[in-house]
Amino acid sequence: MAAIPLPGAEHENYLNKEYGIRSWLLTTDHKRIALLYLLSITFFFFIGGFFALLIRLELLTPAGDLVQADTYNKLFTMHGQVMVFFFLIPAVPAVLGNFLIPIMIGAKDLAFPRINLLSWYIFIIGGCFMLYTILTGGADTGWTFYTPLSTSFLDTHVVAAAVAIFIAGFSSILTGLNFIVTVHRMRAPGMTWSRLPLFVWANYATSIIQVLGTPVLAITLALVALERLFHFGIFDPQKGGDPLLFQHLFWFYSHPAVYIMILPGMGVVSEIVACFSRKRVFGYKFMALAVIAIAVFGFLVWAHHMFVAGISLYAALVFSLLSYLVAVPSAIKVFNWTATMYKGSISYTTPMLYAFGFIGLFTMGGLTGLFLAALGLDVHVTDTYFVIAHFHYIMVGGMVMAYIGGLHFWWPKISGRMYPESWGRLAALTIFIGFNLTFFPQFILGYLGMPRRYWQYSPEYQVLNVLSTAGSTILAVGYVLPMVYFLWSMRYGKVADENPWGAAGLEWMTASPPPTFNFDETPEVTWEAYNYGEAKEVPVER
Amino acid sequence: MFANLPLWPDRASNMAGNVDALFIFLLILCGLMCVAIFIMILVFAAKYRRRKGVEAEQIEGSTALELTWSGVPLLIFMGIFAWGAIIYFQERTPPQDSAEIYTVAKQWMWKFQHMEGQREINELHVPVGRDVKMIMTSQDVIHSFYVPAFRIKQDVLPGRYTVAWFRATKAGTYHLFCAEYCGTSHSGMIGSVVVMEPALYEQWLSGGPAAPLPQAGKQLFMSLGCSTCHRLDTQGRGPNLANLYNHPVLLEDGRTIIADDNYIGESILNPAAKLVSGFKPIMPTFQGIISEEQLNALVAYIKSLSQPTEGEAGSRNTPAASPSGQPQTMQVQ
Ligand SMILES: [Cu+2]
Ligand SMILES: [Cu+2]
Repeated sequence: MAAIPLPGAEHENYLNKEYGIRSWLLTTDHKRIALLYLLSITFFFFIGGFFALLIRLELLTPAGDLVQADTYNKLFTMHGQVMVFFFLIPAVPAVLGNFLIPIMIGAKDLAFPRINLLSWYIFIIGGCFMLYTILTGGADTGWTFYTPLSTSFLDTHVVAAAVAIFIAGFSSILTGLNFIVTVHRMRAPGMTWSRLPLFVWANYATSIIQVLGTPVLAITLALVALERLFHFGIFDPQKGGDPLLFQHLFWFYSHPAVYIMILPGMGVVSEIVACFSRKRVFGYKFMALAVIAIAVFGFLVWAHHMFVAGISLYAALVFSLLSYLVAVPSAIKVFNWTATMYKGSISYTTPMLYAFGFIGLFTMGGLTGLFLAALGLDVHVTDTYFVIAHFHYIMVGGMVMAYIGGLHFWWPKISGRMYPESWGRLAALTIFIGFNLTFFPQFILGYLGMPRRYWQYSPEYQVLNVLSTAGSTILAVGYVLPMVYFLWSMRYGKVADENPWGAAGLEWMTASPPPTFNFDETPEVTWEAYNYGEAKEVPVER
Repeated sequence: MFANLPLWPDRASNMAGNVDALFIFLLILCGLMCVAIFIMILVFAAKYRRRKGVEAEQIEGSTALELTWSGVPLLIFMGIFAWGAIIYFQERTPPQDSAEIYTVAKQWMWKFQHMEGQREINELHVPVGRDVKMIMTSQDVIHSFYVPAFRIKQDVLPGRYTVAWFRATKAGTYHLFCAEYCGTSHSGMIGSVVVMEPALYEQWLSGGPAAPLPQAGKQLFMSLGCSTCHRLDTQGRGPNLANLYNHPVLLEDGRTIIADDNYIGESILNPAAKLVSGFKPIMPTFQGIISEEQLNALVAYIKSLSQPTEGEAGSRNTPAASPSGQPQTMQVQ
C-alpha cells in the first residue's frame, strides 16, 4: 500500500510524472485517457446544453419567433445527436470506467492501452465531423434519422452527421472490447467474479451491448449515407424500399443504447450508496445478475418504439410483453439500493445526494416507461412530450445525475483534491430542482397531446412550457457550478488522502492520485466487495 | 385560469375513456409505488443517519425478498400488459361497417376524401356516433395522424395504407396534429377535426360536390384504359375485379392473400409484386402517373365492385349517408 502523502509533499503520480502536451496526447495511461475523454465530453455537453437552452427559449411562446423553423429543427437534431453520441454514451464508461476499472480489479492498465488511446482519437475524429456538421449549418433529421425524410427529402449535412456518428461508434466498440478483455484477463489474484464491484459488472454488461449493438447502428447509418449518395432504394418506397426497415435497424441499436447510457450509472450509484451507508450492497448477486439480464433482454424490445409505426398487431403484442419483462431487473435494482440503506450509517455527502436524486428520478423515469409499454396508452402518448419527459428522466435525471455524482465521489482520487462540500450540496440541490421543474411539466404536456419536435404550438400549452423553460435555466446554473468548483479545487481544494470517504474497493487502497501503474505492487484480494463490516475508520462528518 | 392551463385533454371518442381509465390506474399505481419508495428512502436516511458509535449492520441480502420483489411486480406488469393490449386490439380493429375516409398526408398538409365525394384540406368533418375508418397514405415522408381528443395516433407511410378508426362521441372542434417529424413545417401540419351532430353533418354533406369517390374512380378506371384488360363481364387479360375486395387471391408464387386496401393499391403501383396466378406480368406500373388521391379513388372504385360481406350489409347506421350506398347500386349495371 502506498504511503499517505503529507499535504504539500507531492508523491509521484500519473498527473505529475510527465508534463507537456505530448505526454498527454501520446499517453497510454488509462487514467490520462480518461481525463482526455473528460475534457472532450464536457465540451460536447456544453454544446448540446446550449442547443437545449435555445430550444427551451424558442418554446417560451407559442409562436415560432426566436429562430426559424428550419433552425429549430436543426437545434433539436444536433442537441440529440451531440448529447446521445458524444456525451451520454461515452460519459460513464469512457471517463469513470476508463479511470476506475483497471484500478478496481487491481490491474496496471487496460488490456490494450494503445487501443484505448486509439479509441479516444477515433472519438475525436468523429467529434470533428460533428463539429463540421454543426459549423457548416447542421442537419435536421432528428437524432433518429427517420427515412425517407433523411434519405430523400432534406438537403442539409445529413451524410456528415451520419459519418460523425458512424466513426464515434467505433470508439465505443473498441472501448467495450477493451473492457471485456480487461475484466476477463486482468483481474488481480483473488479478485474473483463474485468479488467484482458492481460498477465493474455494470460496465462489463454495457460493453457487451456496445460490442454487439453498435455495428448495427454503423451499418444502418452507412446505408442511409449510401442511399442519399447513390439512391439505392433500400428505405425509400418510391424506389421499392421499406422505411420501416430503417426503424427496425435503428432501434435494434438505439433501444439497447438506452442501457449503454443507464447501466454504468447504476454501477456508480451502487458504489456510492454502499459507501455512504457503510454497508455491503443488498443482494449483490441479484444486482450483478440484473445488469446482465438488462443487457440481454434489452436487445429484444426495440419495436416498442414503433407501436403506431405500422407494424403488425401481433408483433406489437410480443414487443410490449418483452418490454415489461425487461422492467423487472430495473425494479430489482431500485429495491436493492433502498434496502442497502436499511440499518446503514448514512451520511449526506454530495455524491450521496446525487445517488438519492438518481434513485428518485430513475424510479419516475422507469415507472413512466410502464405507461409507454402499455400498447393502448402508448398510441396516445408516443411522439408527444410524455416520451420526451420519460427519457430525460432516465438519461438526464438518471444517467447525468449518476455521472456527476460519480465525478464527485472519485474526484479526490482523480485530482488528489477535495471539492468544496457545501458548494457540492448546493449544486446537487439546484440540479434536482431545476431538473424536475424542466421535465415534470412535460409529462402533462404530453398527455394533453403536445407533439414533440414542434417549433410552434397551440396557446393552451404555454403555461407548462414557460415552467419548463424556467426550470431549464435553473438546471443550467446547476451544471455550471460543479465545473467551476472542480476547476477551483484542482488548485485550492483540500489535499485528499488515499481514502477520504473510508470506502471499500481497491481504488481507495492506492494513493490519490494513483501512481502511473496504479499500485506499487499487485494487490492480492482476500475479501469480498463492499466489506464495510471489517473495521475501517469512518471519516468525521464534515 | 384553466383556459391557459388545461390539465386534462378533451375526451371525444369511444376510445378516450378506455385510455384514460388505464392512464388513471397507472397514475395511482405508480404514484403509490413512487411514494412508497421515496418514503422508505427518506425514513432510512433519517433513521439511520450516521451517529457516533453506531455501526451499520451488515446484511448479505435475502433471496426470499428478491423473489418477492421481482415476482410481484412481474405479475402486476402482466396485468398492465393485458389491459394495454386489450385497448390496443380495439384501436387496431375497425368495425366492419365503418364509414371510410381516404387520407393523403403530404409535406405539410392533410387531404381528406369522403366517399360521398367531399374533399377537405386540414379540416375533417365527421358525425357524432358513427364509426369512421381512416385509410391513409403519404405522398412523401412519414407523417402521423394524431387527434389527442380521440386518443388515437397512427403513422402515415408513403407507398402503403395504414388505418386508424374512431367513433366521435362529442360535438366540437378538436386538434389534428402531425405527430411524426416530417421536415420544416412539421409543427404547421395541423388541422382540426369538426365533430358534428348527425343532422348537421348531413346538411354539410349535401353542400358538397355530387360525384362520390368510387364514381370518380370509375371515370379514372375508364380513362386510364384499365377497363380494356380488367373487364367486368368476362375474364380479360387482367383479373376480373368484381368481388375482389376482402376475398382471397391465389398468387403466382402459390401464396394466398386477402385482397385488402394495401394489396389493391400495391397492385396498381407495382403490379409485378404480387402477381395473380394464371396471369402474365403485362400490366404497366402507375407509380408516378397517378397521384395518391387518384389512387384512392381507384381503390375505392374497385372496392365498390364487391358485395359487402355477410353481416355488413344490413348494419349501416344511416342509409342516406352510407359511404358505399352509391357504389352498391353501381355494380349492378
Ligand atoms: Cu426503447
Ligand atoms: Cu409532421
